[in-house]
Parts: sequence; structure tokens; C-alpha cells
Amino acid sequence: MKTGKLSYYRDLTVVLLSKEFKTRYKSTFLGYAWSLLNPLMFAAVFFLIFSIIVRIKTDVPYPLFLITGLFPWQWFTNSVNASNLFFLGNSTLIKKVRFPREFLVFSGVLSDMIHFVISIPVIVLFMLYYHYFPAEGFAATDFPSLHWLWQVPLLVAVQFLITQGLALFVATVNLFFRDLERLTTLLTLLWFYLTPVIYPPELAAEKGYGWMLYANPMASLIVCWRSAFLEGTLRGDLLAVAAGFAVVIFLAGYQLYRSLEWRFAEIV
Amino acid sequence: MSEDAIIRLKNVTKHYRLGSIATVGVKGFLLHLPQYIKAHRRQEPFRALTDVSLDVRRGDCLGIIGRNGSGKSTTLGLIAGVLRPSSGEVETHGRICPLLELGAGFHFELTGIENIFLNGILLGMGREEIEERLDDIVAFSGLGDFIHRPVRVYSSGMVGRLGFSVAVHIQPDILLIDEVLAVGDQEFQRKCFAKMAEFLAQGITMIFVSHNLTAVGKICNRVALLEAGRLVELGEPEHVIQVYQQHLANPDGREPGT
Repeated sequence: MKTGKLSYYRDLTVVLLSKEFKTRYKSTFLGYAWSLLNPLMFAAVFFLIFSIIVRIKTDVPYPLFLITGLFPWQWFTNSVNASNLFFLGNSTLIKKVRFPREFLVFSGVLSDMIHFVISIPVIVLFMLYYHYFPAEGFAATDFPSLHWLWQVPLLVAVQFLITQGLALFVATVNLFFRDLERLTTLLTLLWFYLTPVIYPPELAAEKGYGWMLYANPMASLIVCWRSAFLEGTLRGDLLAVAAGFAVVIFLAGYQLYRSLEWRFAEIV
Repeated sequence: MSEDAIIRLKNVTKHYRLGSIATVGVKGFLLHLPQYIKAHRRQEPFRALTDVSLDVRRGDCLGIIGRNGSGKSTTLGLIAGVLRPSSGEVETHGRICPLLELGAGFHFELTGIENIFLNGILLGMGREEIEERLDDIVAFSGLGDFIHRPVRVYSSGMVGRLGFSVAVHIQPDILLIDEVLAVGDQEFQRKCFAKMAEFLAQGITMIFVSHNLTAVGKICNRVALLEAGRLVELGEPEHVIQVYQQHLANPDGREPGT
């Protein structure tokens, strides 16, 4: 019985995930390229503004600095913004069928996660293009670093918990407050500027906002992503902060969903 | 109460809180917070169902009739397990399959085949199970080559046929049918009724909510009449339908005690 349930969850995840992918690419000519093009376009815009016009100083070439933070951030923000509709967009199903609804959120977050993972080669290409050698003694062949084998899955797991928890929260609350959607887009945008994606955290630290790395889990996580990609290292304290927040956010989001789920069919 | 009941509603009452915050949004809620809290306390909840007790035996085909807003869909929702009773108990045994509204659970960019898997799995089937029955599902839907084309090019009748075809091949223990057979041409409706007769012969339990009294009279062996959330009649189709028709003809003439 237990394995039957597990294999059902697997089937459910696969079918929802393949729906996401097929519907996203089926009628688009560029297909997979779109998923790379989107973050790259954002990167190009930010590059133009913050490297050429504003001239933010970074230790590494700005495009490299930018995409190592922007790509993981895009996964987070895409999932959270889309989560408004994970339940609301499936209202007829929710009204009639008893199935584990959290999988609607799960498959959405998972799909954005996969898009992020398949964009990692682009980061490698940028590193090669800039002949980026992170530290003395490193050769170009050291990157992608062997450390990525554990760092990337670890950071993916931490970010997944944060994203899934928040997406469950937003998807659930949006059923009860239908204008949350506008608020989410605004808040994620605000959150973006409070996270050192387009600027180095040192810049915030100079102005006395260094504590932000410990108060904003996405800030500590983005710094971790960047150091993992560019140096093959992780700062233990920041990782601990991000992981701690991740567990709390995930549990809170899941708990909220669990306690309100029985009312979904009444209010959709 | 019989022992072989596959569905059992015991003194089920369901009320909804009306004027919920769902429609006003965060802004409205925060701006008018005191009023909402007051209204919330004062408000009498809307009773969709009041003290309904009902047994459905394995192999029954129960028709549920009644005016709009009499609680038919709420009953169905409680049986499907998507609604939770405010008081009382709902007990069901076996796999329940609701027949969905036109196109619900379908994605219009996906092909018929892809939608069969999507819909089938959402309704509780495993992938392997669907693969085994795929040929039957496709054949029953009568969609031919359209099955490989995206659902957005289907007519509404074709969408309905595909949905019905998936649902009936799930081999549920309980099939919930909520006025969905109105779509589809005569030929398909005939096929559906034939399939329902076949289910009845197989001993699959069916709950049939409909305004089509002829269909209810023809298929069901028991009929429940709901009025304003109360179960007012339960029994032989001819009798209950007759009572309902009298109610319809004489809307103010409530029976004493209801």
C-alpha cells in the first residue's frame, strides 16, 4: 500500500511536470532556448544599467557576477509569482476531485528548479569566456569544480525549501485574498533589491546594512550560490542562516496549507 | 441502517460562511478590518445542508433532484471528500470518481492522449493502469485521429466525450455524475446511458445529480429530493419525481414540517 502511494505520487509529479514543460514549449518555435533567453535578457538589461551606466565595482567581471546570482534568483521569483495561480487556476479540479493539491505547487516549483539547473552550463560558458580563474592554483579545468557535486545539490535543496514553503503560502492565501497577486509581484520586486543580486554585499555592508545577510535568507543564499560557482566555496555561517530559514519557511507554509486545505473547495 | 452501505451520510449539516473575505482582497480586508470582524461574529452561517442522513448501498444508482440551491452539489462535494461536513459524518468506501465538468482537468494545449494521462492520474489512476486501458479509452471516446491533436481544436462535445471516457474507465466503486451529460450529441448520450446501465449491471454505485427527470427516472433505482438543504423524500423514482413535480407546480406549498 505504501509503495502504491509512493508510485502514485511519482506518477502525479511526472504528469504535472510534463504538462508544465509541454505547454511551455509546445507552441513556441525556440523551445528550450526560451528558458535560457529569459534570464539572459534580464542579465543583459541589468548589465547595461549597473555595469555601463551606474558602474558598480565587482571583483569579478560584472556579467559573471550578475548571472551567478540572477539565475538562482529567477527560479525563486518565477515560482513565487506563479504560485498565485497554482490553486486558483485549477479551481474546477479543486472543487470536484480529492487529490493531493500540494502537488500543483510542488510541480510548479520543481519545473522552475529544472529550468535553473539546465541553465548552469550557461554560467560555465561565461566563466570560460572570461577566462575566469577564481584563485591562485586553480586552472580553467578546475571549473566546473568538483565541489559543485555536493554544493549545487545542497544549495538547490535549501532554495527548494524556501521556495516551496513560500509558494504554498502564497497559493493558499491567494484563494482567500484574491488581490494578493499584485502584492506578491510588488514584494518580490522589493525583495530583489534587498538581495545582493545586482550589487555586491560589500556595498551594503559599507553603508551599515551588512546584517541583511543574516536577516534575509535569499541574501545569504545568493552569496552562497555566487561563492560556490565562482570559487567552489561556501560560507558556513551564511549557509546555516539560509538553511535555518528554509526549514522554518517550509514548515510554516506547509502548516498553513494543511490547516486551510479543507476549505479550498468552499471558496474557489 | 444497512450493513453494506458504501456511502453513509449521518446527520450531516454543512454551512458556509457567506460574504467571506475571499472576494474583497487584502486591501478591502485591511481597510475595513473592524467591520469584518463584527460581521464575522454576527453572521448567521448559510446552511447548505441540514441534518441529512442517507445510506447508499453498493450497486445503487441514486438520483439527487431538487431546485437550484437546494444542496445537490454540496451533497456531491461531501461524498467526493472535497468538502468537510460542519457536523455529522460522511463515510465512503472504495475509489470515488467524479465526472468533471466540460474540460475541467484538461489542458487545451495538450493532445487527447496526453490529457488522458493527466486527467486519469488526477482522478487517482496510476500510469500503468492507464496504459493498460488506453486503447479502450480512445475507442470509447470515438475521437479517432483527433486523439493525437491538441484539445483546443476539439468541439465541446468532443471534450465531453473524452472526459466521460476517462472517468468510466477508471473503474470506480462510486461514480459521481453532476449534470455533465448535457453535452455531446444524441449518439454519445445514448452511449453514455448504455455505459451507465452497464455499470449498474456491474454493481458500480452511481450518484446522479440532474434536472433531467426523464433520465433520472430511467436510470436510477432510488431518488432523493432535496429542498432548501433538507432531504424531503427518498425512495422509488416515480414517487419522488412526482412529489418534486408537485412542488415545482406549487412553489409555496411547502409540506408541513419542512
